[in-house]
Amino acid sequence: MGKNILVLGEIRRGKILNVTYELIGKAKELAVKKNEKVSVLLLFDSIDKKPEYLFGFGADKVICIKNKSLFFFNQEIQISVISHMIKNINPEIVLCGATSSGRTILPAVAGKINTGLTADCTGLDIEESSGLLLQTRPAIGGNIMATIKTPNHRPQMATVRPKTFSIPQRIDKSGEIEYINLDKKFFESKIKNLSFTDLNSDEKNIQDLDVIVSGGKGLKRAETFKTLYNLAELLNGGVGASRPTVEAKWIKYPHQVGLSGKVVSPKLYFAIGISGAVQHLAGMQTSEFIVAINKDPDCPIFKVCDIGFVGDLFQVLPKLITAIKEKKRF
Amino acid sequence: MKIIVLIKQVPDTDNVKLDTKTGTMIREGLGTIINPLDLNAIEEAKKISEIIPSEINVITMGPPAAEEAIKEAIAMGADKGYLVSDRKFAGSDSWATSMVLAETIKKTGNFDLILAGEKAIDGETGQVGPEVASMLDIPFSTYITNISVKDNGVEVVRTVEDGYQNQFLPFPCLLTVLSNINEPSIPNLEGKIKARKYISDKIDSSKLKIEDEYLGLKGSPTRVVKISTPKIQRQSSIYKGSEIDDGIKDLIKELQKMALI
Repeated sequence: MGKNILVLGEIRRGKILNVTYELIGKAKELAVKKNEKVSVLLLFDSIDKKPEYLFGFGADKVICIKNKSLFFFNQEIQISVISHMIKNINPEIVLCGATSSGRTILPAVAGKINTGLTADCTGLDIEESSGLLLQTRPAIGGNIMATIKTPNHRPQMATVRPKTFSIPQRIDKSGEIEYINLDKKFFESKIKNLSFTDLNSDEKNIQDLDVIVSGGKGLKRAETFKTLYNLAELLNGGVGASRPTVEAKWIKYPHQVGLSGKVVSPKLYFAIGISGAVQHLAGMQTSEFIVAINKDPDCPIFKVCDIGFVGDLFQVLPKLITAIKEKKRF
Repeated sequence: MKIIVLIKQVPDTDNVKLDTKTGTMIREGLGTIINPLDLNAIEEAKKISEIIPSEINVITMGPPAAEEAIKEAIAMGADKGYLVSDRKFAGSDSWATSMVLAETIKKTGNFDLILAGEKAIDGETGQVGPEVASMLDIPFSTYITNISVKDNGVEVVRTVEDGYQNQFLPFPCLLTVLSNINEPSIPNLEGKIKARKYISDKIDSSKLKIEDEYLGLKGSPTRVVKISTPKIQRQSSIYKGSEIDDGIKDLIKELQKMALI
């Protein structure tokens, strides 16, 4: 096999994450420009789809490593296996989801194999003149977009934010499957996984939701979040929060949107009683549609919204909820 | 025990204002602070040292002015600070930064635990912690929201997208922490007095075993080739006073378009 782009698929407790399909699709696009092949590396114990399923998204080859110790995430094992496989496969480019796992493993791999890594990319392209990977990422709170190259080191590695690229339409296509047996020393670790507790439904990851209803200090008290939950439920969404409300312990940290919390990009984002500090905007300004409710007509959130209500949220919000309920009834 | 805390001085982006015309950050007059998550790391080191007496060393790489960040860490309760500074380090990417920090750590002797913030608010890569651990060849974990110290290592909680993962790591190891691990305390008077007189240990390239070709911009595998300031264009419709009812009608239409209701 000639030069290739390697996608590190992510299988979390037996389930292939969507970012894997997104990255295979993007890798295929880049591979066509470079006349290269797309390989996918899968580390798992159990898997919810046959590895062959990935061909239809653009994979030319799927390399599988199956081991009991790969069911729960163990960074040490992932790093030793992936570093070894990258040396063997010798790809031009390595792409991985910028999930908690990818953001943990890849920097350590970069340190082991001495190459560059660009974090949290939101754009990838091939430079025509050089054939190099152009990696674009937001910096300083999304106020700057930096395009980064890795001119002399190989592979060129990037972690890519989930949902940056869409999942390609699956086509009928075949490819090659290879199972690799590695020495058992690769699966030994000084780190012990003791237990795993799922988030309860209230804590479900807001990054996965299409609708997020976020509240800020303008809510005045913790109880107001209940109204936000009502609105979120009507739209099958979840609740987000600004940093001050989390610091005031009105709501838990997993809900925090912004630089020091989660970066979200839903179809619809409500900023309710949130003025729009840069730290918050950086976490939500790429949402497809933004609705803001705030008393202060001059606050920055109105600069980034699609629809803005200058008014008392305690009046606007009930009106909105009533109107939605009304529509849903018919 | 010896605990090392890696800290970074960053622009105070919390107080940043945006230029409403260009949409860019107004950087003039912006102060510097210790990266907020690094404050959590310092605080956690202090909490651990209250249970198991520990020496807390902070290490920062940056311009000479980063001495301020070390003083602040001393005021918070750190025992010793290293300022890693050299013109040759300028332009370092995360690989080159990690290389310098890893070599500095080796130079400062044995340690049990390294703590760092999960990411810095300016670069936001979150890469330096794992990369330093990898170069030191020690186990590490990330997104930590709870640490309990055991005889020969730490039990930690990693808070990730779908849950809480409990792990055990033996010493020596490195952990990167999230903000809800603790609440950083405000320096007391005693700490402030200590910090005022404190002078950090200075480390420059001559003290580290790294060839010049691996330092700074020259030693960085990645290159920033373009910076642009994106302007997200939105047709903002703003409704106030008596227009609000119309606004709600318009919003309902949008929700229907999005097939949400």
